[in-house]
Parts: sequence; structure tokens; C-alpha cells
Amino acid sequence: MAYINVPEGVPGIRSLVMFRPETGKHLYALAQVLLRGESPLTEAEREIIATYVSNRNNCVFCTQSHAAAARNLLGADSQIMDDVLNDIPNEGVSDKLKALLTIAGKVQILGKEVQQEDIDAARLAGANDRDLHDTVLIAATFSMFNRYVDGLGSLTPQDPGEYIEMGKRLAEKGYATPPIVPAT
Amino acid sequence: MAHIDLKNEQPGIRGPMAYSPETAKPLNELAEILLRNENNSLTRGERELIGTYVSYLNDCFFCQNVHGAMAGYYMSCDIQEIDAIKRDFTSADLSEKMKALLTIAASVQKGGKFVTAGQIQEAKNKGALDKEIHDTVLIAAAFCLFNRYVDGLGTAAPADHEFYTNRAPMRAADGYIGSVK
Repeated sequence: MAYINVPEGVPGIRSLVMFRPETGKHLYALAQVLLRGESPLTEAEREIIATYVSNRNNCVFCTQSHAAAARNLLGADSQIMDDVLNDIPNEGVSDKLKALLTIAGKVQILGKEVQQEDIDAARLAGANDRDLHDTVLIAATFSMFNRYVDGLGSLTPQDPGEYIEMGKRLAEKGYATPPIVPAT
Repeated sequence: MAHIDLKNEQPGIRGPMAYSPETAKPLNELAEILLRNENNSLTRGERELIGTYVSYLNDCFFCQNVHGAMAGYYMSCDIQEIDAIKRDFTSADLSEKMKALLTIAASVQKGGKFVTAGQIQEAKNKGALDKEIHDTVLIAAAFCLFNRYVDGLGTAAPADHEFYTNRAPMRAADGYIGSVK
């Protein structure tokens, strides 16, 4: 049970956004522009970064829902998502994405962990300023989302099937603010 | 020198925000409603103090000075008093409710799962409403974002404390939405 009076049976961040839509609409707008807006990173790469950070923060809801979104976007290459999570080499992961994941992992610890050599390594692997900006902001944003979801004890579904549905919706429709209904 | 060419010379978070206005918009709108909107039973000073304390725990120089100056402005206290609260809020002249909320914020800074049912109950016992607990957790989480954005890109921050205290009244009057030109 969540720590505050959110709508019953609604999972994760959706329940929190329905509790406080005034803040929620900006959170969804941020996710939409960051994960679906213009970027040199593909939507799948951005979901992989988000999932990687969420997993390091032990946020099961965010990890499972964004992993499902990434698998949808990757299609036939969906194994990439699982291999990244399990730290198994996969030749489908570009050197650029590997270097960006290293940076995302440091941002997950703390901003100051990112060193010039991490930036240099990513550039050498083909990352430009925009790749680096978007990677840092995605990792920072999920450092927020993960804390929000777990800090208020929101509902984490245990049925893997629920995440498959969520992943499909996130891949096809993106991040639309949930309907506003008053908490019961 | 920031890690990337931000194409502007603005300090702290305003650099990457000016570089990426599409993402700056929801970030500033979030800051505005969380920290400054009047429809809130936590004062502006209390909300800025939560942001300041989390930024201090995350060792983010720019954010803790910007928001420490804001908290000081709203609470009519000087920066030395804010610094003393950051070092030990438990012995500061704050309400018991505020101390319970700062305890929750400190747990959020470590990770969402560090928040305990006991900490939530304690806040409720001291009079905290669900919305106040919600906003405390989201402010603390949002500063875990802002601090990482600022330091993860290696942005520049003025070292002079007066830079921050001088600007606080203007930011208080104008708000966050138009903060990036």
C-alpha cells in the first residue's frame, strides 16, 4: 500500500500523477520530450538508458515498464535490453551506447562522478554534445522518477503480463498524462 | 568549462536549460509549481529549504547556494543560519513537522526505498498532510535530478556567495518559468 491516499489498484507513477495532476502533467511532458522528442539517440536507446538507471536504483516498476517499452521498440533485437540489464556482451550494443551507459551509471551515483575521461571516451565512440546532454538528463530524470515511485511506496505489479501491456502502450502512444480522477 | 559546448555563458542549470529549451520548459514548470505556487500548505521557505538540504547532501554547490539564498530570503534569515540548518536540522529552530519532512527528504536523497513507513507515520503524527508528504518526496526527488543535471554536465557556478543572495529577491518575484532566456 502506498504511503499516501492514491487511487487504489493504479500502479507506480500513474497513481501519484493522479493524486497530484498539477505536478504530474509536467513529469509526463518531461518524459515525452526526453524519450520521444528530437534527439540523435533512437527512442530504443533512450529507453535502454532509462531502464539501466532504474535497475541500478532498484526501482522494479520503472525497470520493468521501461524495459518492456525498449523491447517493443527494438522488435527483433529485443534481447539487447535483457543483455544490457544482465551485463552480457551483445554486438547489437554500439560502442557509443556502451560509453553513454557508463556515463549514465555515473550520473546515477552522483553528477560529480562524471569525469572528463568518460566524456572523451564517449566522443571517441561517436557521441556528440546532444547525445551527451540527453544521456545525462535522462539518467538524472530517472534518478528523480525512481525516487518518486519508491519513496511514496507506490504499487508495483507482480504480474509480468502487466508490464508487457505497459511497454506496448509506451512504445505506441508515448507518455500521455493519465486521466484525472479524484482519489477515493 | 562544461563538458559540452552549451553555446551560452549562463551559470549552473541555466546553461543546459538555455541549450535545451524543449526540456527546460517542463523542468521549470515543475520547479514553479513545487517551489513557488501559492496553493500549498508548505510555505515557499519550507519548500526551498527541502531543495537546499537535498542539494547539500548531493554536494551540488550551485543548487544549494541558489536555493539556500531563496530559503533565507523567504524565511528572513541570513545564509549562516541556512548553513547551520544544513549541517544539523534536528537542533534548528524548525517545526517538528518540518523536521520529520526533512528526515523523509534525506532518505529520498539516498534512494526511494530508504523511506520507511515509520518515517511517514512520524510526519503524519506531527501533522503532515498527504499532499505535504507527496510534495516533500517529489521536491527531494526533483533536486536529485537538478543536482545531477548541473554537476553531470560540469556546469560553471560563481564562487561568490553574494551572487546568489543578490539574485534571490528577483527570482522570488519573477518565478522559475521565465528564468532561462
